[in-house]
Amino acid sequence: MSVSVQEADFDVGAEIAALTAGDPRAGAVASFVGLVRDVNDGAGVSEMALEHYPGMTEKALEAIVAEAKARWDIYAVRVIHRVGRLLPCDRIVFVAVSSAHRGEAFAACEFIMDYLKTRAPFWKREVTPAGARWVDARETDDDAAARWEK
Amino acid sequence: MVKILYFASLREKLGTSGESLELPAGVADVGGLLAALAARGGEWESLAAVRNLKSAVNQEMARSHTPVKDGDEVAFFPPVTGG
Repeated sequence: MSVSVQEADFDVGAEIAALTAGDPRAGAVASFVGLVRDVNDGAGVSEMALEHYPGMTEKALEAIVAEAKARWDIYAVRVIHRVGRLLPCDRIVFVAVSSAHRGEAFAACEFIMDYLKTRAPFWKREVTPAGARWVDARETDDDAAARWEK
Repeated sequence: MVKILYFASLREKLGTSGESLELPAGVADVGGLLAALAARGGEWESLAAVRNLKSAVNQEMARSHTPVKDGDEVAFFPPVTGG
């Protein structure tokens, strides 16, 4: 299973080890870990709730992974996104890509994150001293995804 | 019947996570369905005014002209903010 949407935390080391276990072709693994920060848009964030669209979210992530595999010569991909209640410092998202050399692994990893941010149905609701609020989508995320379309 | 789902701030604003609806006469795409929902008035009117409202038909991202037919699952939601 290359894609998981789950409440549970994950072990970065174990995930990377599993990604390349028994694959002597893999000379590189690039990975990204996203964390919950304690501040956003000038307000303190004490906790966060992640909502998703069961069924569609997994399909959207699988489609992003498939597109990355079509664009780059990469071997294994692992994507984990947590949902539910999260606190600052908690891990929220993990992407890892293996390939023969680092260039393809770095590019594919960044591409998957950029597309995940704009195409996978997740929504963040954060708790601040002024109350709970839904996080607004950022134009910079759209810009980051758009550069792969050039 | 079409199954309609609402997510995140939209679900909160409308006070429901979804409904089943007989496709109104003459409605054949996402834009038409949205207009029919907004015509209910009240909070539903704001549905058509949500900036950058996103939609999906049968769990694939959709646009205003994406066809909708009996048996489909249609979802409306604000821009996504994962990662």
